[in-house]
Amino acid sequence: MQALTSDAAAIELRGIEKSFGSVHAVRGVSLRIETGTITGIVGENGAGKSTLMSILYGLYRADAGEIWIDGHPVEMASPRDAIAHGIGMVHQHFMLIDTFTVLENMVLGAEGGPLLAGGLAAARAELARLARDYGLSVDPDARIADLSVGEQQRVEILKVLFRGARILILDEPSAVLTPQETDRLFRILQTLKERGVSVVLITHKLREIMAATDRVYVMRQGRMVAERRTADTNSEELAELMVGRKVHLDLDKAPTRRGEILLRAEHLSLVDDRGVRLLDDVGIELRAGEIVGIAGVTGNGQSELLQVLAGIRAPSGGQLTVCGYVLDAHHPGDPAKMRTLGLAHVPEDRLRQGMVAAFEASETSILGYQDGPPFTRHYLLDGPAVGAHCAQLMERFDVRPRSPGLRSSNFSGGNQQKLVLAREIARKPKVLLVGQPTRGVDIGAIEFIHRELVKARDAGCAVLVVSVELDEILSLADRILVMFAGRIVGEVEPGRADERTLGLMMAGADAA
Amino acid sequence: MDEAFSFIFLMLASTLRVATPLVLCAMGGLFSEKGGIVDVGLEGKMLMAAFFAAATASVTGSAWAGVAAAIVAAEALALLHGLACITYRGNQVVSGVAINILAAGLTVVLGAAWFARGGQTPPLVGDQRLAPLFLPGAGDNILVYAALLSVPLTWWIIARTRFGLRLRAVGEMPLAVDAAGLSVAWLRYRAVLLCGLLAGLAGAYLSIGQNAGFSRDMTAGQGFIALAAIIFGKWRPLPALGACLIFGLLDAMAIRLQGVRVPGLGEVPVQLIQAMPYLLTMFLLAGFIGRAVAPKAAGVPYEKEH
Amino acid sequence: MRPPRRSLSGALPVWAEIALLPLVNIALAFIVVGLIVAIIGVDPFHALRFLVVGAVGSSESIGYTLYYATNFTFTGLAVAVAFHAGLFNIGGEGQAYIGGLGCGLAVLALDRWLPAWLMIPIAIAAAALFGAAWAAVPAWLQAWRGSHIVITTIMFNFVASALMVYLMVNVLIAPGSMTPQSRTFAPSGRIPAMHDALQAIGITVAPSALNLSIVLALACCVAVWVFLWHTPWGYALRTMGHNPEAAVYAGTSLRRMTMLAMCLSGALAGFVGVNELMGVHHRIVLDFPAGYGFAGIAVALMGRNHPLGIVLAALLFGALQQGGAELAFEIPTITREMVVVIQGLIILFSGALAHLPRPWLQILFARRAS
Repeated sequence: MQALTSDAAAIELRGIEKSFGSVHAVRGVSLRIETGTITGIVGENGAGKSTLMSILYGLYRADAGEIWIDGHPVEMASPRDAIAHGIGMVHQHFMLIDTFTVLENMVLGAEGGPLLAGGLAAARAELARLARDYGLSVDPDARIADLSVGEQQRVEILKVLFRGARILILDEPSAVLTPQETDRLFRILQTLKERGVSVVLITHKLREIMAATDRVYVMRQGRMVAERRTADTNSEELAELMVGRKVHLDLDKAPTRRGEILLRAEHLSLVDDRGVRLLDDVGIELRAGEIVGIAGVTGNGQSELLQVLAGIRAPSGGQLTVCGYVLDAHHPGDPAKMRTLGLAHVPEDRLRQGMVAAFEASETSILGYQDGPPFTRHYLLDGPAVGAHCAQLMERFDVRPRSPGLRSSNFSGGNQQKLVLAREIARKPKVLLVGQPTRGVDIGAIEFIHRELVKARDAGCAVLVVSVELDEILSLADRILVMFAGRIVGEVEPGRADERTLGLMMAGADAA
Repeated sequence: MDEAFSFIFLMLASTLRVATPLVLCAMGGLFSEKGGIVDVGLEGKMLMAAFFAAATASVTGSAWAGVAAAIVAAEALALLHGLACITYRGNQVVSGVAINILAAGLTVVLGAAWFARGGQTPPLVGDQRLAPLFLPGAGDNILVYAALLSVPLTWWIIARTRFGLRLRAVGEMPLAVDAAGLSVAWLRYRAVLLCGLLAGLAGAYLSIGQNAGFSRDMTAGQGFIALAAIIFGKWRPLPALGACLIFGLLDAMAIRLQGVRVPGLGEVPVQLIQAMPYLLTMFLLAGFIGRAVAPKAAGVPYEKEH
Repeated sequence: MRPPRRSLSGALPVWAEIALLPLVNIALAFIVVGLIVAIIGVDPFHALRFLVVGAVGSSESIGYTLYYATNFTFTGLAVAVAFHAGLFNIGGEGQAYIGGLGCGLAVLALDRWLPAWLMIPIAIAAAALFGAAWAAVPAWLQAWRGSHIVITTIMFNFVASALMVYLMVNVLIAPGSMTPQSRTFAPSGRIPAMHDALQAIGITVAPSALNLSIVLALACCVAVWVFLWHTPWGYALRTMGHNPEAAVYAGTSLRRMTMLAMCLSGALAGFVGVNELMGVHHRIVLDFPAGYGFAGIAVALMGRNHPLGIVLAALLFGALQQGGAELAFEIPTITREMVVVIQGLIILFSGALAHLPRPWLQILFARRAS
């Protein structure tokens, strides 16, 4: 049998298409992963990179396109096929059983026989060999729950190698690692590469691309927009390709008239029970009459920040002053209290937090405000008042269809969002927190929502907007803060900001 | 000296008599729960099995035929539970409750229709019952030894076989099992079937081993006590056995403690001892006797994201 | 990005979801019952006729049907209120038992001193209080300790049983009585029978166990409807049941709402005691919950957790109970337990296997659409 042509890539994807209902996640993507290289796929959230790799790993089936491995076209019907072809994937959420030991996790699915004893012994020997060859040492008898996140990731990699993978896909591997652990990971990837393993690295962090990869592909909105040899490019170029040159939505905005400070956060920190720092020494000031925008890729602490500011979560450290009321770890607030202080909150995930899908629109229109007048009189909900309120909101915010009795889930995404926004703005709050105001919203509604936010700001409200859409931040905000890895890494005046600078900060590439 | 010895012996025999169905049910329930399927229907399976064991033994004259029938009956209910929970992703508790109620009614309906004794089966004699093996009069028939054997066997299957590893995995994180290329549904069905097998044996023991026939509601909540034993034993076979023995001992003591005076408190009410297993379980669940950690994915139907 | 889910969750037209699917579920249950009846050698349609006639064929049987329906209404409402909060209350048996203890104790203590118009409301309040208290313990364990409420409520059913036996045998037994039951309630502690009440306004019906506690049941239906859909607490409770995250966002304390929901649920179940002890037996007796608690689950599922649906389902179950008793009388081969079988099958088909007919119905609607 003749050796494979030297042209055959380890993996080649040709014209992959994938849609989920009306969402076109992957549009005609083609790429090559050369054997024995580290290839990076970079892009913002929703660019399609994870979906693409899930198709390669057999978790999803592509609607169109071909997958070629080592020069042969293959069918990927399930992860079993992928494993059989030597592809292994380390997911963002580890597929590890907490109560099992490292060894038990390794052999799951490849036990080598009905009795465990033999399989475990063989695995132990193999694990020792892999540790020697690749420098990936882990105690085989340790329980996963007792390992650090970095060690757990090493177990995932070992699992994949144990199955004989020659192609390793890593999905946002450094999302849960400290900088030191990340460096360690990349040393491991280098060793793997030297041993002929092909590595695919999915990430949104440009520093990692520049540090670890040989080639990089840039994806944006489901398309492959660029391909470069890493040595031939730099962070700035990648950042620009990643976020693209978008047209600013033209908002006729009067200059701000800043008033007093309505919300001040000082040294806010939030640590979860695994010890991961979700918020790190965050300080923010919101003044009446201004819109502060927080830019950043999802997962860098913005969600947690909103939760702390809205009183849903108590901070682990630091202090928060809202309209004169002081909150900290020992005196946590709660959402009801925040509302009475004049704070309103449009949550990032309207379906999970901001509304109840099964409720009628009129019921959704009073969520969080159902106690007391004007909706409750003499302990009873005033149905007509609620209905009238909802009708008013729908009229003013152009929510269609104008049916307060319609189930909330039957409204389009844009109209749902308008309803939630209407509910919060109509209270004339002093502080308005908004998360992803136009996620899943059509163009017409986007303009409307933006104008309403500016109106609220002109009426003296302090508005905080968190968004992953950079152009939204650029057109709305009077001040821009960038979050990365739980910290505020920069503050920019919109006039002096552009995609390049912001993209760099968002990707943590700025040496901070 | 002789008296003390015979007293201990009687207590031990009595404890084992009561504990046997509990142990068998608990081991069965353990397989199901480890795999992530909550089984509130142990009671119903055991009851149905008891009825079919007695009915078949009475009609055919063979205790072994009765045991076989018991297993078939329990497996039928187990499959029903599996169908509802695994294939149709229904609420596991609702399914278990439905099976219990169904069994309670159906056993009497069929019993009255077939034997015209108001729900009872005719009294069983001789070969229709399971015979004691070694010690006549102590009631140590084969199922008692089977129950004792089932504990190390269950432990061995769960801890030392490939199936056991996969079962434990599917109860903790089905997603990981799916990602490893294994079938979550098939694993869970096997767990549910194992549960049916053991519950069937428990039911058979009740009607043709421990007693001489089926009478309505004869399980009297023992299926729930077995569930309590599983929780009390923190989902491990050996401690669950211990819990069953404790519950069995309590029951044996209940008769003997009647009329006994505790200094300062007066007579110990027999109902208090009867309620002990349930009170103890609630204590455990409240976290007062250490934390009871169920398999993480128990009770949650698994949906594949394709 | 989530791809569309399998057809098990596909939507049907609204009317099909609310009316057709439940009817199909019940029809399936009855088909299985027919099979079982046939297996034991009885003509199913013959049996069905006796069932229907036995349930509504005379004013006496209608009376009994309504009396049974009263209990099913209470336990159905109890389960439904908890369901709306996302909680599974299987403790209806125990809560009914202890609720009965409550009203019984109130009556035994005060019936010689108070007139009926004071005694009865006080006893009803006591039933609610005791039933709520019995539900409060599992509720507290769930809310503050994370103990699974299903298991704790089941356990508490057995504890209630043991407690009642102890109390009846040792403490409350009427002097000189051979069976464990209390002394008879004085007239002020009895709820008037319906046939007596109707007689007082000139209407004559055959005597039955039906008593004025059915008025309480209907009042509870209205009260539950008002509470769930017309008060801010009911609103918060339903929010928690649909979407705990949204409830937290809205400022609701999940723990306190769990306690509230379960206490209301327990109180409603406790009213079974009012019907049974004050309306029928006129003394405290053992075993009066008699499966109503578990049947309440079926009633709630069938009635889609809405008071109106629950009333209808309770009527159906009442008819089944009464008709089943008559059926057992007429056809000795079929015993009263057939009703229990039907209940179990309805829970199975309306609860666990509720989505079974869905794919077939979808095909049906797809054909009609094309």
